[in-house]
Amino acid sequence: MGIFSFFKTGKEDQSASIAKDRLQVLIAHERTGRSGPDYLPMLKQDILDVIKKYVAVGDDALSVQLESQDNCDVLELNITLPEDAESDEESAESARRRAMERRQAANAT
Amino acid sequence: MTKTIVVTSGKGGVGKTTTSASIATGLAKRGFKTVVIDFDVGLRNLDLIMGCERRVVYDLVNLVNQEASLHQTLIKDKRIENLYILPASQTRDKDALTIEGVARVIHKLKKSDFDYIICDSPAGIEKGAKMALYFADEAIVTTNPEVSSVRDSDRILGILQSESKRSKMNEEPVKEHLLITRYNPARVKDGQMLSVDDIVDLLAIPLLGIIPESPSVLDCSNAGKPVILDEESEAGQAYSDAIDRLLGEAKPHRFMDAPKKGLLARLFG
Repeated sequence: MGIFSFFKTGKEDQSASIAKDRLQVLIAHERTGRSGPDYLPMLKQDILDVIKKYVAVGDDALSVQLESQDNCDVLELNITLPEDAESDEESAESARRRAMERRQAANAT
Repeated sequence: MTKTIVVTSGKGGVGKTTTSASIATGLAKRGFKTVVIDFDVGLRNLDLIMGCERRVVYDLVNLVNQEASLHQTLIKDKRIENLYILPASQTRDKDALTIEGVARVIHKLKKSDFDYIICDSPAGIEKGAKMALYFADEAIVTTNPEVSSVRDSDRILGILQSESKRSKMNEEPVKEHLLITRYNPARVKDGQMLSVDDIVDLLAIPLLGIIPESPSVLDCSNAGKPVILDEESEAGQAYSDAIDRLLGEAKPHRFMDAPKKGLLARLFG
């Protein structure tokens, strides 16, 4: 802040307001993740158990996210199948397709 | 009735240990029997900040494993009556702590008539941090006016609301306090730093205090003295105000405004 700063518009270096805007969006997004319904962890575990019946996957192979869009909730499932799964690419591909279909079905409701 | 207060943040380096040391010292100075526990097993530092690093014989892990008694483990502060330090182990890791083991320690402290148990949490959201907050009645969330610290504080608030003993037992929720540290009013005024209002808006929890960025914090940690004992310093005074608010007194917040600049400083500053 010296004589020269009088000639600047003074708006462009307000980095604090950029920080606040970014945090507002981010924190709101992250809070929806943790305020999901109580059954979500159990639902996730059940889905994981079903997958494990057919494919050998770890506990971190499934990610479940519930997001609110307009007036409907979207349940998004992401299943990562191992590349060397014994039933090889074919079943992995079909599982991925099933996951896609499920996601589309969820989107449709 | 013993109150257990966790000092936490998620992010490292924001001032948890500095805050734990000053809050515990401030409470003891007001006559409350207080113990401050270092939960940062493997990276203990509270002993250095409190200036008792050469007096550590036994530690939290010894106590958890019942290898030493409470009396043997607690270090009595030499400056302040009623103040005790429970150091972390330097040679073990966080897996040495268990809920049952920590519960036994907390129970023993309660039976020894402590008024306050201050838990200095390690950074992160792993086992050590979860152990430190599990038994909390209240939480002091230490936050710097900086994006990553604010985000991590929000994350740790989520964990307090879902993984503390109070939340698991469906008891009254942990009482949350926001403590903003390393605040620089001049930079806030220039629009370069998130303001108190911004942070309170974002995190939506009650404000316990604002600790201004101050050279005395480093001076005091160099000397092994909690900054609250430096009564001349702004940081020391700000911590002292925070203690009053913690005890229920309504005190206006200080150190929020940049010092006024003279004409010369404004022209050439």
